[in-house]
Amino acid sequence: MTLWNTAPWLVWCIVLPLSAGILTFLFRRAAPWIGIASALGSAIAVAGLAAQVMHSGPLRYSVGGWGVPLGIDLRADGLSVLMLVMSAVIAVAVSVYAACYFSDTDAADKHAAQAHQRAYFWPLWMFLLAGLNGLFLAADIFHLYVTLELLGFAAVSLAALAGKRAAVVAAMRYLLVSLSGSLFFLFGVAILYAAYATVDLTALAGKVQPGPLAWSALALMAAGLLIKGAVFPLHFWLPPAHANAPTPVSALLSALVVKASFYILLRLWFELFSAVVTPATATFLGLLGAGAILWGSAQALHQPRLKLLVAYSTVAQLGYLMLVFPLTQNAGSALTAWSACVYFVLAHACAKTAMFLAAGNIAHAAGHDRIADLDGITQALPLSVAAFALAGISLIGLPPSGGFIAKWMLLQAAIGSGEWGWATLILAGSLLAVAYVLRVLWHAFTQVEVARPLHRVPRTMEWSALALSLLAVLLGLMAARPVELLRTGAPASIHAPGQT
Amino acid sequence: MNLDHWLLVFILLSSFVTGLIIFFLKEEAHRLRTLLNLFGALLKVILVGVMIAGVQSNHVYESRLELLPGLDLVLRADAMSALFATLSSVLWLVTTLYAVGYLEGEPHRSRFFGFFSICVSATTGVALAGNLITFLIFYELLTLSTYPLVVHRGTEQSLRAGRTYLIYTLSGGALLLLATVWLHTLAGPLEFSLGGALAQVATQHRSELIAIFALLITGLGVKAALFPLHGWLPQAMVAPAPVSALLHAVAVVKAGAFGIVRVVYDLYGVHTAQDLGVLAPLAGVAAFTIIYGSVRALFQDDLKRRLAFSTVSQVSYIALGTALFGYLSTIGGLTHLVHQGIMKITLFFCAGIFAHTLGVHKVSEMTGLGLRMPWSMTAFTIAALGMIGVPPFAGFISKWYIGLGAVSSDSYWAVVVLAASSALNAAYFLPILHAAWFKQRQDPWPADHAHGAGEGHWMLLAPPLATAALVVAVGVLANAPFSPLDWVRYITEIEYGK
Repeated sequence: MTLWNTAPWLVWCIVLPLSAGILTFLFRRAAPWIGIASALGSAIAVAGLAAQVMHSGPLRYSVGGWGVPLGIDLRADGLSVLMLVMSAVIAVAVSVYAACYFSDTDAADKHAAQAHQRAYFWPLWMFLLAGLNGLFLAADIFHLYVTLELLGFAAVSLAALAGKRAAVVAAMRYLLVSLSGSLFFLFGVAILYAAYATVDLTALAGKVQPGPLAWSALALMAAGLLIKGAVFPLHFWLPPAHANAPTPVSALLSALVVKASFYILLRLWFELFSAVVTPATATFLGLLGAGAILWGSAQALHQPRLKLLVAYSTVAQLGYLMLVFPLTQNAGSALTAWSACVYFVLAHACAKTAMFLAAGNIAHAAGHDRIADLDGITQALPLSVAAFALAGISLIGLPPSGGFIAKWMLLQAAIGSGEWGWATLILAGSLLAVAYVLRVLWHAFTQVEVARPLHRVPRTMEWSALALSLLAVLLGLMAARPVELLRTGAPASIHAPGQT
Repeated sequence: MNLDHWLLVFILLSSFVTGLIIFFLKEEAHRLRTLLNLFGALLKVILVGVMIAGVQSNHVYESRLELLPGLDLVLRADAMSALFATLSSVLWLVTTLYAVGYLEGEPHRSRFFGFFSICVSATTGVALAGNLITFLIFYELLTLSTYPLVVHRGTEQSLRAGRTYLIYTLSGGALLLLATVWLHTLAGPLEFSLGGALAQVATQHRSELIAIFALLITGLGVKAALFPLHGWLPQAMVAPAPVSALLHAVAVVKAGAFGIVRVVYDLYGVHTAQDLGVLAPLAGVAAFTIIYGSVRALFQDDLKRRLAFSTVSQVSYIALGTALFGYLSTIGGLTHLVHQGIMKITLFFCAGIFAHTLGVHKVSEMTGLGLRMPWSMTAFTIAALGMIGVPPFAGFISKWYIGLGAVSSDSYWAVVVLAASSALNAAYFLPILHAAWFKQRQDPWPADHAHGAGEGHWMLLAPPLATAALVVAVGVLANAPFSPLDWVRYITEIEYGK
């Protein structure tokens, strides 16, 4: 088993989807199979990497053997492994779903655009996966910028894929937002490089000192990431872009792409700028999160369309992630808050993908996604409605779901440090989530004769949504391992004195 | 594989897996579904029997799963959980039989029985929970699995009731979660143990523990229908009769009451709770709820609503018995947990038969019912007399002990409450009995599905007759070994360290 232990799995995580991107572009007929194979392949690579990190701690790998400062370095610790596991799981499920979604003959007859969508989805999606995996493994801020840009372009093109007017307008807006966000980030990178002559995260972390220079770099980079991460009040572009995309794309954008910005923000905050950040900034970010939770939920309560409701729920859920900044201020509960937010990311990714896929199935079957007209949908799609409900349970944070464990840790951190305001906010957010999830499930139990004939939804599409939602619920019962893993290579600012 | 580790898991799975399979059955697969239902229910009763035998011979059954570092999901069998697990598994068996008969020919039966089974798994989980976090998990699961049952009919009215139900219970759940996390940060793993485990913590964090107690009781009080948190219960009456029976006697309301018992005895410990001074306010709220529920019941013409307010009142006996600090009242409260379940389920079974067979929903329509349906009405009468507290039926035993406890702890006001409530119980039950047995009926029945004879399907009639027999048996044979009273005495002796 030496091969398994020593193989450069980090590289495979990036190379596999990257080459699949080219292959799917060249061999369009086989594209779905190549895509699924590459998703499975990267999942195996991630598993290998996870085993390595669990066994021997954080890893660092110099591509081509050049090393700092010339070459590109990749690195993996507990946090990046968990992010990679998340993207691998979602990638497999969404690829299976998409293979079915884009080759559904029933729909293909109606839309001439369908063939075009099918042709471009797979290459773009594979590039997106490569960018995402690369981003989670990046060891320097320039590499972070490059992967972020790659991710952004792939995401924007995917959002425009539906080709309808609304989708193109939303994607255009997304493009502008994404570009300006990256630009801000690049400015920050440039400032740091000019000042300290290195882009390596670890090397920079030792050098950065509080001062106007570091502050402006932090401000620029954080602003860029907050825009790209759709943090309230910069979320305006997200709901139309996510809601108008084809279903698999909506799921990917909501579950994975926005998380990338949050991941970078975590890296910057807790490693690079840990000497620079102040409690006031942390509280400010937390307040943005509070705004997101309240505003996003309130909007979700008023959306007439199902996919928009789900998209606004993403805005709200992203708000919880911002709570990591104020809640890590207290040294005693920092590790709990940190674990909570990362676990929240995992739980949300599974639940949100499942929810978008289920919503897509419902829209596909009914021919529309007006919430008010969904009566009788359960009779036609019991599995998808079940998936929606289970995903809702995790989003609300009811036991035993992954969302519950994440909220448990958040509450533990908030109460442990005497922050009753944040604790109240977390609970209020849950109750709001109950309200918007119930808006949909209300129609699951109504008794009507189904008037219109419904489109058939392939079983695979129903089951992939259900499988992910089950995973989101079961995540609550398998949290111990990931939380343990998360300590591997956790930033020093998280490890409080006296904590193991 | 060690059976001691897995027995409790099997008890949970016996109904959970059954439920999952039933979801995927075709609507027409009536026989297979009924077979599965009864198989799961019987298996559960047998497994619980094995567990009780084990607990008696000091066997330790425990299953653990680490959720987070320092946070475990624990299933454990002790005397208290055996009490509630027995109640829920036995009553589930009869309710299953009843529900099969009741829902014959109705739509969405696979969905119904699927959630029905999962609901009972959640209740068993509540019974077997070995610490507060596990209790919380199953308590919330119970909320989720009962919602589809409450809205089963799919009408505007039942959807509304379902929404009210969720708003109440999930808000209560949020408070419970807050309290649990808070207590966890103060006191660690929160294992349930007879005698409680917070005496140490209470010396340092007195005011926090009082606040947490208030939060816990508020969270649990929603399901236990303590005033003013009872609003969902009468509305939830739109659910089909088997669901009402289950909600009132076995699952939801009982889970709340059982939670209060657990918190007072096995989490705080009755001495610590008394020391903190939190029992007196609880007793006050319980006493008020007892009177309030009875008074409201008096004015309901809808039979099921009258029974619902009666539940509001009767379940608070459990809280009252728990909150009156004393050996005898504890016995009364815990016994009532079982006895109230048996009596109330009988009443709801009968109410369901009346509605199903003759279209009788209102108290005012029950005139002459005794002559038309003597068997059902006999069961109803026995349970109603038990509720009033007439000896030798079940309700008498538990009220008697609560009363004795009140006297021995010098809480004479509680005796007055008991007497007043019994008078009110008589006032809302006796007129029904009188009209049903002794008045001649003039008008035709609202909707006679049995065409002038018979009392409906045997599956409908057998369950209330069986539970009515139990009402008599646990009263007359209260001192026999393995009677609820006997078992409760055993628990209470450990609790008070005698």
